[in-house]
Amino acid sequence: MELQRPLPTPMTPEAMPYWDGLREGKLMLPQCNDCGKAHFFPRIICPHCHSRNVGWIQASGKGKLYSFEIAYRSLNPNFKIEPPYILAMVELEEGPRIMSNLINIEPDPAVIKCDMPVEVVFEKQTDEVTISLFQPAS
Amino acid sequence: MKELSNQVAIVGVDESDEIGSLPNVSQLSLHLQSIHNAIADAGLKISDIDGIFTAGQHSPVLLGESLGITPRYVDGTTVGGCSFIIMVGHALVALYHGLCDVAVVSHGESGRSGTGVTRSRDTSLVGQFEMPYGFGGAPTYFGMITTRHMHEYGTTLENWADVAVSTRAWAGLNPKAKFQDPITVQDVLDSRPMFYPFNLLNICLVTDAGGAVVLTRADRAKDCAKKPVYVRGAGEGAEHTLVTNMRDLPMSRATTISGNKAFEMASVSHSDFDHIMLYDAFTSGPPIMLESLGFCKPGEGVGFFEDGKSTPGGSLPINTNGGGLSYTHSGMYGIFPIIEAVRQQRGECGDRQVPGASMSLVNGMGGMLSTAGTIVLSHEK
Repeated sequence: MELQRPLPTPMTPEAMPYWDGLREGKLMLPQCNDCGKAHFFPRIICPHCHSRNVGWIQASGKGKLYSFEIAYRSLNPNFKIEPPYILAMVELEEGPRIMSNLINIEPDPAVIKCDMPVEVVFEKQTDEVTISLFQPAS
Repeated sequence: MKELSNQVAIVGVDESDEIGSLPNVSQLSLHLQSIHNAIADAGLKISDIDGIFTAGQHSPVLLGESLGITPRYVDGTTVGGCSFIIMVGHALVALYHGLCDVAVVSHGESGRSGTGVTRSRDTSLVGQFEMPYGFGGAPTYFGMITTRHMHEYGTTLENWADVAVSTRAWAGLNPKAKFQDPITVQDVLDSRPMFYPFNLLNICLVTDAGGAVVLTRADRAKDCAKKPVYVRGAGEGAEHTLVTNMRDLPMSRATTISGNKAFEMASVSHSDFDHIMLYDAFTSGPPIMLESLGFCKPGEGVGFFEDGKSTPGGSLPINTNGGGLSYTHSGMYGIFPIIEAVRQQRGECGDRQVPGASMSLVNGMGGMLSTAGTIVLSHEK
């Protein structure tokens, strides 16, 4: 089947636990072993306390829709999902915000609300790549 | 920095020969036309230039090489569209300390036609964490800040439309503006949906254009062709590249830091300004900048665009060239609000002249309010 989305590229070495986790159906987040705060994107130094003792935790997959847009067109020819679709910024329970799509809801600004609870859904793209999408929390 | 206030002046400004859709003009030529024109405006010679400042794909070295000069000071700080505003501050410091005597800040961008352009950018993070979801291009990000603003403060699509209407009214008085016909709030609301909360008329143009600004120390400025416009204050700030890491969204910490530095150096307060230029890639940008700069409480920036306050004849004119929304927007727009502020301070603006303009604010963003540059300009010392 033809890919509907551009694959993540380049996958950076420091982000591999994130991608490995998604392939196993887990949403992994970098978390500082010293100050205990999570962050995103993955990097070798904690942006909160500047320790280099950074590890990983499995996130709950729950969060809230921090903000959103409804795309009525695509600016990327490799993104082939038919508009309208929802661009989502999700604030995870653990603190960090990540970008995603909100699915399983009408792409209608009268229906979608900032701060609505959302939960992760995993979508396999290839044998190597699985991504995290979000839907309204059940 | 207070001792640097008024020590340096902008003495020359101009656009490229033409702005708009220019498929037969390379990006490098847009630079060179702009520098040539701005140096002529200053009454100086290209051989006088010994400091070159530019952002984007072409390095300051290439500009010097193309002009046949060997500058003794170069700066290529490329941090988004406000880079040129930031560079006014950098040039100020370099000139003050004698690291150069005549500085040119140059912009050239074939944003619409892509003539003489290498399209490449760093996607090491967005390619991995954002593009798989359909992100890419400024409209897919700036709407995030805007939707959150609407949620937190109850701002509306009509509020953002007010900004487009006001800016277009100014464009109608600028012969160089791409779109000059008046529009209404309803026109904005009825324009083609692009990325909610933005319709087409909430989003800036994409053009080919260049612009340049020439600076020298105040003592030398008096010998130039035009009335000097003094740099009273300058500031900059930088916060993030990914919008997810913008801490106080929809407030811009970079803008707050930049504005505070510029206002303190200039010894001015908000009520001292009678002319304001704000980077308007999107209609929600200017109100959010006014909030981040402390002109009003969060959520109240849209009030500056209501009831004709910001339009021709209004109490506080904003974006008098017609802005990125209606005049021109090549991609890195920041040189153009500087050019307009200088022209307003000189009294050169014809039908759109702000009567008695004596203190202009120029504030721009790079990325998605990710970086900021602020300068305070006046024809009075």
